[in-house]
Amino acid sequence: MTTKWKRQLLAGPYIIWMIGFILLPILMILFYGMTDSSGSFTLHHMIAIAEPIHRKALLLSLKLALICTGICLLLSYPLAMILNGMHLKRQSFVVFIFVLPMWMNFMLRILAWQLLLSNNGIFNTLLDSLGLPKLQLLNTPSAVVFGMVYDFLPFMILPIYNAMSRIGRDIIDAARDLGANSLQVFVKIILPLTVTGVLSGIVMVFVPALTSFVISDLLGGGKVLLIGNVIEQEFMQSMDWNMGSGLSIVLMGFVIASMAFMNVRGADGEGTAVW
Amino acid sequence: MVKKTVSRIYLSVIFLFLYFPILVLIILSFNDSKSRVAWGGFTGKWYLSMFRNTAIMNAFTTTIQITLIASILATIIGTLAAIGIQAMRRRGRAILLGATNIPLLNADIVTGISMMLLFVRFTKLGFSTVLIAHLTFDIPYVILNVLPKLNATSKSAYEAALDLGATPLYAFYKIVWPDILPGVFSGFLMAVTMSLDDFSITYFTKGAGVNTLSTMLYTELRKGIRPEMYALSTLLFGIALLLLLLMNFRSARKNDINN
Repeated sequence: MTTKWKRQLLAGPYIIWMIGFILLPILMILFYGMTDSSGSFTLHHMIAIAEPIHRKALLLSLKLALICTGICLLLSYPLAMILNGMHLKRQSFVVFIFVLPMWMNFMLRILAWQLLLSNNGIFNTLLDSLGLPKLQLLNTPSAVVFGMVYDFLPFMILPIYNAMSRIGRDIIDAARDLGANSLQVFVKIILPLTVTGVLSGIVMVFVPALTSFVISDLLGGGKVLLIGNVIEQEFMQSMDWNMGSGLSIVLMGFVIASMAFMNVRGADGEGTAVW
Repeated sequence: MVKKTVSRIYLSVIFLFLYFPILVLIILSFNDSKSRVAWGGFTGKWYLSMFRNTAIMNAFTTTIQITLIASILATIIGTLAAIGIQAMRRRGRAILLGATNIPLLNADIVTGISMMLLFVRFTKLGFSTVLIAHLTFDIPYVILNVLPKLNATSKSAYEAALDLGATPLYAFYKIVWPDILPGVFSGFLMAVTMSLDDFSITYFTKGAGVNTLSTMLYTELRKGIRPEMYALSTLLFGIALLLLLLMNFRSARKNDINN
């Protein structure tokens, strides 16, 4: 019994760390968000989400995050099926290829798209040489969605692929022996067994897409204002920390809601481990 | 046959989507012209000016320092925590793991802001606040990688060692440690990856004058793209490729031995 107690003490440094740097900061944000500059209680800064500018930014964030998640799902599911159908070893080179871009600095991946989509970039030069008019690609919501899909795609591919590779071949063979056709195998076996992977992929793409401010800043050129940008500006430019915190609380609410909605148990990071 | 061809085409399209931007960066890093489309001859000058650029080099050093210190400390604290958590009863364990999930699941921008609010109350923002922030979001990855391995270790082998007169520390080192080592290692790697790539949390917890590669690039990219960044991209992509190949090779060999 005493050794067990001693072993529990090993978690001590972490518990202190966690209270100090995880729980306390969250309390700080709640405090700032629910008080005004003189320190008295108010809900004004949380209700401020309903102001037209903030509401517009929140709705645009939700819209772009939904589109991005949808595209990632549509791209990843067939990809995971094809990769799985190749019967590779789990840590195979092919899978590795599809997650490698994730390891290059996030900012440089955005830089690449800034470059490709710019007015004198490759796409527009190509259009020009074909005699077509140039398009305004950069600084549009589509550019932001492009960047998000590019950045977050691996987060969708991995959990779905992992869920799929865990399905035993025996189960599929058994279904076949019992007379199921490909469609039935897909609907009755593969789809239900990959739902958890899909759900954790959705959360892992939706949450960062909803809360991102860098992608919209760099690929939207300040013209695409997401809720993340609004919050960032409250803190770094307007220096209105109470307002920034109030809006952050609302954003946190949306993150919690989206996770509760999916009720994901698999989103504990296991899906991202590739080694 | 048709199905196979369609699959191949699909794979190639996604592959192109993922790698075309990177390929363009690599090609442009050797381009003598500043143009984004025209080839002006081969050059290595952007690499030279990258290495001479103190802002880039300082950011590079800071990134490496933060990443290594944070990941190593996180691995130690996280592994100890996992051992402690495993010895706890259900309830305590559930509460702790719930709290551990907060930085993983919460939006980065909120995590960054909340820590900034705390830091500015007590101290000045700078290198150490960035380090604390990185440690905070690194530890959960270590715990979540070590805990499953700990749960899978054989309890009776450990108890047998104790019965045969081993001290708890010696028994742990001989019995448990070899089993959880892969988890500790992958937790460490995960922490390294997260630290290297983090932008939002660093952005809010750094003071003026401290820059990691991500925050430095953010400031620079808002001003405009300079060719040194192509060189930097190529270099970082090369490093990532090399590291992952090494890891892949290591685990492939391990699998061969196990089989």
